[in-house]
Amino acid sequence: MALLQIAEPGQSAAPHQHRLAAGIDLGTTNSLVATVRSTQAETLPDMEGRHILPSVVRYSSDNVEVGEAARLAAPSDPLNTISSAKRLIGRAIGDLKSIGDELPYEFISADSAVPRIRTVAGDVTPIEVSAEILKVLGQRAVDSLGGELSGVVITVPAYFDDAQRQATKDAARLAGLHVFRLLNEPTAAAVAYGLDRGADGVHAIYDLGGGTFDVSILRLNKGVFEVMATGGDSSLGGDDFDDAVAAWLLEQAGLSADVDRGTLRHVLDRARAAKEALAGSETVEVEIDLPQGGSWHGSLSREQLDSLIDLLIRKTINTCRRVLRDAGVSADEIEDVVMVGGSTRNLRVREKVAELFGREPLVDIDPDRVVAIGAAIQADVLAGNKPGDEMLLLDVNPLSLGVETMGGLTEKIIPRNTTIPVARAQEFTTFKDGQSAMAIHVVQGERELVADCRSLARFELRGIPPMVAGAARIRVTFAVDADGLLQVEAREQTSGVSASVEVKPSYGLTDDEVMDMLQASIDHAQGDMVARRLVEETVEARRVIEALTAALATDGDELLSTEERKVVDDALGNLAAIADQSKDPKIVEAAIKQLEKDCEFYVERRMNSGIRKAMAGHRVDEFASQEDPEAK
Amino acid sequence: MAITLTEAAASRVRNFLESRGQGVGVRLGVKTSGCSGLAYVLEFVDELEDDDEVFENRGVKVIIDRKSLAYLDGTELDYGKEGLNEGFKFNNPNVKDECGCGESFKV
Repeated sequence: MALLQIAEPGQSAAPHQHRLAAGIDLGTTNSLVATVRSTQAETLPDMEGRHILPSVVRYSSDNVEVGEAARLAAPSDPLNTISSAKRLIGRAIGDLKSIGDELPYEFISADSAVPRIRTVAGDVTPIEVSAEILKVLGQRAVDSLGGELSGVVITVPAYFDDAQRQATKDAARLAGLHVFRLLNEPTAAAVAYGLDRGADGVHAIYDLGGGTFDVSILRLNKGVFEVMATGGDSSLGGDDFDDAVAAWLLEQAGLSADVDRGTLRHVLDRARAAKEALAGSETVEVEIDLPQGGSWHGSLSREQLDSLIDLLIRKTINTCRRVLRDAGVSADEIEDVVMVGGSTRNLRVREKVAELFGREPLVDIDPDRVVAIGAAIQADVLAGNKPGDEMLLLDVNPLSLGVETMGGLTEKIIPRNTTIPVARAQEFTTFKDGQSAMAIHVVQGERELVADCRSLARFELRGIPPMVAGAARIRVTFAVDADGLLQVEAREQTSGVSASVEVKPSYGLTDDEVMDMLQASIDHAQGDMVARRLVEETVEARRVIEALTAALATDGDELLSTEERKVVDDALGNLAAIADQSKDPKIVEAAIKQLEKDCEFYVERRMNSGIRKAMAGHRVDEFASQEDPEAK
Repeated sequence: MAITLTEAAASRVRNFLESRGQGVGVRLGVKTSGCSGLAYVLEFVDELEDDDEVFENRGVKVIIDRKSLAYLDGTELDYGKEGLNEGFKFNNPNVKDECGCGESFKV
């Protein structure tokens, strides 16, 4: 006999028509799966009653272990136990250089761009590792719901780029799961609290996990969510609190900071226990076994804990301020503040967040589970179990998207923090006469020069009909879908020839790099502006030289005497030299003006000659209104 | 004529109603569909209909329309687990035949 769930009034599904769906929080350290049963969203436990599945996969020659068992085996079998697949997914070997050193795995640089990790069970990709985790969670949902899933919603960090999102989808496909959509983690948290059903307003999601911090500003407008801005710090979390407490304990116990690893581990464990105990009392007793034998006793007060972690909390508060500024709202405009991540159980964190936003944050839903719960609610809607409910969640692209223009400048087409899905188009033209092809270089980043941005894709538009420089109209359209995947199309407007590329490169960016790129754009703003002007002037100089050289080739000999020709050639050479060498846009600009002045007589003569040619064969009275002595 | 709940079922219904924040009780019913003729309905109730009968059992109001009652009289609503899966079960003495999956039945 089938087990039934209670439906909302009038919404009982017909037999065999239940549309089962689940939400999956695929985390760096831990993962969860949740579903909506009898209209309640709840996370699902395994047979042992554990809700949290450590995101760890261990490969042995004949078996794959996922979760707690794999996590426990990690110290004894580090090479075959993969525990940070989320940090690797959607990245190229080159991108891993920065984090690869910290990871104990053996990376193989195969010919493909996807990094592979050598294990006893063969080489595996981060996508395959994530798929193992998703398989376990998917199966848990199937077992718990008693039927096949029609689809899942998987959450990803708001800063995940196209490649990382696509790789996450690939992992789900490999796990045999149909992805309704990917959902940004902060958006899922807001949905869990039902903020989407409340009045229109702006909300903040403060997510402080073990190792990462993220803050997002969401706007609810007519029942539609929109992520206005996000920011964070990928190396700040509860682990840093533990480190700060541990350092203090070491000092109090008279131990130096470079004790052996076993003792450090022990002190860290005591530090974490003391920190957690202080959520419920004013002081805790701490006992540390000393390496030289014996033990140290002491106590840690909440006041002392607060003073140890205040600096770290202040960093998160400063990030909140910056993101508020990005979103263009003030702290008192925030309606609700949602707390996500285990470290938001810390009372000092809640206090400081409440202080910044001037209101008590929402903490009722378990901060470790709130993202999975929101994903489950969204999955339930997308499965069609809530007819009439049109919940549409909008997200933002974390970095600007644009194309390279002449001289290596970035032309931003979709600025950062634009809500997606979005499509924007811009027209470009040719640089040379008769140019028949155009290279489109898609870049991501905030800097003015392409060299400082990240290259996403390159493609060519061919078959542009021959025209003079500047006459062709090439429309470049950028479209980002709801999952953050980018499609770029270039179309020549008169002939209709087009070319396009879908960007799902097999490599991505670390959130660190995203932050670095944002920071660099701020740090280099002034220099970038000068660099941009210089390139613009240099490109203009080249265009002038190009045009003048083409003119000389057609009628230079005919219109200029040898001396005159030398003047023009000298002016040309002078500008070319300045354009090549000068680092000051003003000098280049002045040189262009100088050339225009020096060659004015030649330009005039060309115009007259052109007019004469145009009038040849016509009677003067046909040009009655034009007074031109040379033409008579 | 009566419909009953086991304590397991009653406590789950009470919990669900409480966290849902509204609703007078739970509706049991049958509708004609499914591979074997009739299918069970299990829903929250916010408003009573004219032809509803209400049975109160273990602090839970069980609501059922008169037509469905003919098929469900004597039914006990239970809540159970099968592995990880958990949910409500209809122990219906009127059932003569049910489809393999148990989602629909004949009387």
